[in-house]
Amino acid sequence: MARLKAWFDRSGWSDLIVGLPYLWLVLFFLLPFLIVVAMSVATKTPTAPPFSFGGEHPWINLGGYARLFGDALYVRAFLISLMNAATATFFCLLIGYPMALALTRVSKSWRNILLMLVILPFWTSFLLRVYAWMGLMGKSSWFNAALTDVWNWIVPIDWAVKSLPMMHSNFAVVLVMVYTYLPFMILPLYASLERLDPTLDEAALDLGSRPWQVFLDVTLPQSIPGIIAGGLLVFIPAAGELVIPSLVGDAAAPMIGRVISDEFSSARDWPMASAVAVALLALMVIPTMLYSHYQARAEGTK
Amino acid sequence: MADTAFLRIEGVSKTFGTFHAVRDVTLSVAQGEIFALLGGSGCGKTTLLRMLAGFEEPTAGRIYLDGKDMAGVPPWLRPVHMMFQSYALFPHMTVETNVAYGLKHEPMSKAERADRVREMLDLVQLTQFAKRKPHQISGGQRQRVALARALARQPKLLLLDEPLAALDKKLREHTQFELMSIQERTGVTFIVVTHDQEEAMTLADRIAVMDKGEVRQVGSPTEVYEFPANRFVASFIGSITTFAATVVGREDGQLRLKVADFGTEVLARDVAGITEGQAVTLALRPEKITISQARPEAANVVEGVVKDLAYFGKDSLYRITLPSGALVQVHAVNARRGDEAARVADWDDKVWLSFEPGAAIVLGD
Repeated sequence: MARLKAWFDRSGWSDLIVGLPYLWLVLFFLLPFLIVVAMSVATKTPTAPPFSFGGEHPWINLGGYARLFGDALYVRAFLISLMNAATATFFCLLIGYPMALALTRVSKSWRNILLMLVILPFWTSFLLRVYAWMGLMGKSSWFNAALTDVWNWIVPIDWAVKSLPMMHSNFAVVLVMVYTYLPFMILPLYASLERLDPTLDEAALDLGSRPWQVFLDVTLPQSIPGIIAGGLLVFIPAAGELVIPSLVGDAAAPMIGRVISDEFSSARDWPMASAVAVALLALMVIPTMLYSHYQARAEGTK
Repeated sequence: MADTAFLRIEGVSKTFGTFHAVRDVTLSVAQGEIFALLGGSGCGKTTLLRMLAGFEEPTAGRIYLDGKDMAGVPPWLRPVHMMFQSYALFPHMTVETNVAYGLKHEPMSKAERADRVREMLDLVQLTQFAKRKPHQISGGQRQRVALARALARQPKLLLLDEPLAALDKKLREHTQFELMSIQERTGVTFIVVTHDQEEAMTLADRIAVMDKGEVRQVGSPTEVYEFPANRFVASFIGSITTFAATVVGREDGQLRLKVADFGTEVLARDVAGITEGQAVTLALRPEKITISQARPEAANVVEGVVKDLAYFGKDSLYRITLPSGALVQVHAVNARRGDEAARVADWDDKVWLSFEPGAAIVLGD
């Protein structure tokens, strides 16, 4: 065994094995990203592929980035994306936190069953589940009819409607995103809440805090890393989401994923699409980097 | 009831399903006392402590603190604070905010609160660590933060769960005396839960020895050591050798016992409730037996052979085989200085063991 280890170390296998994931990231993430960055400063041409770095000066065309800020379409799409993603993240947290907390408080056998139920939706095709929601939200569904009855019962008679216009709205997008991304919120939250020492709760109770104060003073502050991890896992994919808004969203108020897709396919403006994609990535990466920077600094004091 | 003790535990039982964690415990603790609950793991001492703190409700019985029935009073409304075995300091707060935590429920001004925190940190000598986080201080310091935090609200009762278990030996002795001096200065009643008899003996004014959910004896450290009420207490506290014996007579306030293992009769201190002819247990503490090479002039003398001896420096432990084959443990202080020749006996020596009738413990169970 020791000889095997020595051979393993000497012949550089360990470097190779450690290096493989990095190689993978460089090949399939960094390189394509650099290509996208390069494309974003190219010029659109009616050729195939539909861009070139042109012969004329300047080779670098920053027109795409200029349009990002100049054209209201892009700014609006970014704002809608951020709003929808933020709303979805907020509701995921609102629903997911009590669920994650409950998971830590039930017996071990129940915990495994409930955790399974959290992951269970992944066993069905994502598209199928979105189509199911389309059926539910449609004007002729029992779900819509029931909600319509509730709505008509609550609001004044003048506001009564035949059916709720749920489909093709930001409401539908947020609803389906909350449904889809909820497990990504619950699992990191559960992981961080599960690590907390229950005697700390008892200590706070013992020192005169009621259960809700214990939650605010002890449980919540200690679960902030879990909240941030879950929040990022929901917010980042939600902000760039393409499938959900194109199936249930409002075509007149597109999210940024839809804009990128349209620029690539129908408009055939690859440089513009790349510029939008790079901007989206920057928008997502910078806060994440800031977070891990402060996280590392907080842990560095340990 | 005429009993006006500060803390009264009356017929308290606790069952978890079919498991009886605590059975019909009745105890009284005076104000300002250090009272220890001593027992092995699973003896119910921690469950009893948790019932005092309010984390568990008794299945039966009542707890009165300062005349007030504690039934149904939630932990956050009890004037009882606990120092947890793991200390349970809040990791996201500084030493100072940990100590101040309980005070936010007190109707006091900011300045008063700051004063109290400073006073508490002074008491445990941690003033210069006020701004540190719990993971930046040592285990002993953490324990003192836990103590300061539990004392800050001036509880009527302080519960200490294995207060010294997590400290190393040097620190334990120091902390033990520090705890006692803090108790004296604050006058708070301490209930200490421990499995360590030495800890209980040195800290406590009185000890309740617990076994299988029941209190087997309550008394001062001297009482439970010198006058154990039953075989469990006798063998749990300190080491002891026991022999089956029969009472053959009573003379001059002493019992005459026939001990099969000794092959002779011995005299022992009389105990109430023992009748002639009764089968009893004779128990001898190792340090109460004298070992000698020549036959001594004493009331109780037994012959034996040294089977084993262990030298500890200040004293030695001998294991003596009696003619019947039974083993007796004898502790002898090495009062004289010298090499091997200076000790009373060596391997395979024939020796005489003697003990005073007053030192012999007779147990009826």
